[in-house]
Amino acid sequence: MICLPTPDADLIGRREDIVRALRSLVAAGNVVEDELRLAAYESDALTAYRQRPLAVVLPETTAEVAAVLAFAHREGVKVVPRGAGTSLSGGALPAADAIVVALGKFNRILDIDYPNRCVVAQCGVTNLAISHAVAAEGFYYAPDPSSQIACTIGGNVAENSGGVHCLKYGLTTNNVLGVELVTPQGEIVRLGGKHLDAGHYDLLGLTVGSEGLIGIVTEVTVRILRRPQTARALLIGFPDIGSAGACVAAIIARGIIPAGMEMMDRPAIAAAEAFVHAGYPLDVEALLIVELDGPAVEVDDLIGRVEAIAAANDAVGIRVSTNERERLAFWAGRKAAFPAVGRISPDYYCMDGTIPRRELPRVLRAIGALQERHGLRVANVFHAGDGNLHPLILYDANVPGETDRAEAFGADILRLCVDAGGVLTGEHGVGIEKRDLMTYQFDAVDLEVQHRVKHAFDPDVRFNPGKVFPTLRRCAEQGREHVHAGAERFPQLPRF
Amino acid sequence: MPMTEGPAQAVLRPRDAADVAALIAAARRPLEPVGGATKRAIGRPVDADRLELAELAGVVAYEPAELVLTAQAATPLAAIERELGAHGQRLAFEPPDFGALHGTAGGQTIGGVLSANLAGSRRVTAGAARDHFLGFSAVTGAGERFKAGGKVVKNVTGYDLPKLIAGSWGTLAVLTEVTVRVAPAAELDRTLVIATDSAAASVRLCTAALGSAHDVSAAGFDPRRGTLLRLEGFAASVAARTAALCAELRLQPAETIDGAASRELWHAHASGAALAGSAIVWRISVPPADAPGVLERVHAERYLLDWGGGLILAAFDSVDAARVRSAFSSGHATLIKAPAAERAATAAFQPLPPVAAAAAARIKAAFDPRGVLNPGRMD
Repeated sequence: MICLPTPDADLIGRREDIVRALRSLVAAGNVVEDELRLAAYESDALTAYRQRPLAVVLPETTAEVAAVLAFAHREGVKVVPRGAGTSLSGGALPAADAIVVALGKFNRILDIDYPNRCVVAQCGVTNLAISHAVAAEGFYYAPDPSSQIACTIGGNVAENSGGVHCLKYGLTTNNVLGVELVTPQGEIVRLGGKHLDAGHYDLLGLTVGSEGLIGIVTEVTVRILRRPQTARALLIGFPDIGSAGACVAAIIARGIIPAGMEMMDRPAIAAAEAFVHAGYPLDVEALLIVELDGPAVEVDDLIGRVEAIAAANDAVGIRVSTNERERLAFWAGRKAAFPAVGRISPDYYCMDGTIPRRELPRVLRAIGALQERHGLRVANVFHAGDGNLHPLILYDANVPGETDRAEAFGADILRLCVDAGGVLTGEHGVGIEKRDLMTYQFDAVDLEVQHRVKHAFDPDVRFNPGKVFPTLRRCAEQGREHVHAGAERFPQLPRF
Repeated sequence: MPMTEGPAQAVLRPRDAADVAALIAAARRPLEPVGGATKRAIGRPVDADRLELAELAGVVAYEPAELVLTAQAATPLAAIERELGAHGQRLAFEPPDFGALHGTAGGQTIGGVLSANLAGSRRVTAGAARDHFLGFSAVTGAGERFKAGGKVVKNVTGYDLPKLIAGSWGTLAVLTEVTVRVAPAAELDRTLVIATDSAAASVRLCTAALGSAHDVSAAGFDPRRGTLLRLEGFAASVAARTAALCAELRLQPAETIDGAASRELWHAHASGAALAGSAIVWRISVPPADAPGVLERVHAERYLLDWGGGLILAAFDSVDAARVRSAFSSGHATLIKAPAAERAATAAFQPLPPVAAAAAARIKAAFDPRGVLNPGRMD
């Protein structure tokens, strides 16, 4: 387990004063201090880690956020920002000596501006609500993390969230035009707006993906796109991972950027098929879903091209969706892969490294070898287009030692990703989860520079303490997203 | 590392990243990092020794199927574009060349383009240089070598420092190696020229085109020619989308320009080539719908619109920063061409509001505590 910073006894001792002060800054009912209600905030979707905060404050306006943060600045109080609490990396995990600033009341869409192709939303609006708000006019917001029915746009900004379609449409950072940020000193600043790019340093670009370490975003301006006319998918089986990887490379080499390109290995296919009966072939080593979107004439043309490329790369069985029902059926198994794995194993634990795609066969072979060493099995799902791996480590937390073995296995997989020329996290964030592995990807000077950036905003290091950057003292091994049968924090959320 | 004394400024020519670090660590005077020397006349003039990076050139790794290219920072952009072109790929952000305005066209480097966050007409749909800047190695103003980002297309590990370095004009760190995301080149590049009699009418047309389902990749206005709409992709798709777009918006293009001529048109447009004869040029980014009003207020001698109206390149006979910057409420204006004396007296980059300015100053100090790198250039 990752160790959290030692709580400041002085701050904990001042709890009553802090709660009283917060009640003078926001409506009294918007300060949560009783143990029962605090329990709802004690973890995010990285449920292996739990910690009750000092108190939770739910401001309703940017001015209230500013007042709370100015108070926290004056009094040296630590702050953990929180959106919907769906982080897979512990980004919203509270600290015992910190207040949680929960942004759930920032739930209004402020402006829909079609001439400028953008939407201005408060930070607590869900990702999907933005698309819904503009759907009638044929527009949508492109980044689509799997938790999009619950995760907030403010949380997406903090984590630079991705999604199945980000190879073609980009991550959050490529789709955000502006934010309103409240600094750790309680000052309000607007970065960006409805225009493009920065006229000076790109502080907006720095804010996106900063994991709640440099302030609280209260309002977000995102660009919206016209929804593609049509989308069709291919479901392609391969006799081995290598030919599936070669097919992906060949599609891109021919100038085709699919809207989505997802791969599953044999254990993942078997689990998904047993769960949702999507009609997946069970006699293949790899299954590829390729989705093409755009004008109908283009999609039809590209379907033919991808079919030919697949056939030339040893595909065994190619199915092409001819209607929306078939397209969704192709996706059903992939989108159910996580819960499907949850059915065949008491617990699983999801990793999130990215590798250069050419390394896929080698990395999967190495993961296979690690299964032997750690005595645990893995099912692999993979955002194949951008090289983002989600190995799911299967284990049983009730078997003594298996949790530790799963964590050690996960750390080995992430080191493997870095060794292959990749990175620790493609879309879930560092949080506390991968914090202690940062030294594996970055050297001391790299991290020192990042620390200085943090200090430029938060010199007292009060914001989201214990996240992203390794602390000097380590305790044991690293933690990951642990899911115990039925104990998943957001069982209703798809995860893929 | 050879050092040549000039009359006023020393010229330092590091051979590699280690040299860059040693020279910065040893610097007793400010340094001006120089790649292709095409953008030295943008921003406030700096009294500094020149750190000429030309020897840090060459593609380090390029694998077309990974959509990633790593190069030494001073690799000429032209060399990268040639190499990408040979594999049917390109930089989607299509950097313009403001050398066209300054008489220094043709020599810019990949590091220079990224440091200036320059993007051409496709910015409005494909993103800016910042959006394609995946990772880098660099040297801080304290002479420390460090890296950030990564060499894969999807990465959220640590702060997104490539975004911060993009557009920092060499004031935070000196890039030594960069990794960018690349994209497939279009099979067919087509421009429709539509006769349009005003900026307001053109912005309305651009808005309708960019908001259509026909994947218009760029939209601009050249008052001498009309509205320019660009469609790119596989040939059959471009043909079908052209027909659908023209039917939906009832367009009768005055001209249809395909292939290399279309690419050249957009490169010249984004580079402001038509304004090269003017002494003063501003680059103004605003919400697209605001552009007609901004144009009415700035009284430009000549102008071009890009990004569906969101970018105004405007030529004037005097600098008058106050008039330009009071013409918009949301956006920013950069003085990209003016005589040195005027630049010395003008904030060429958009001044930040106080809270952001304080953060920017602390970031500058975090990367360059001694104020060695391009001091004052963005002030």
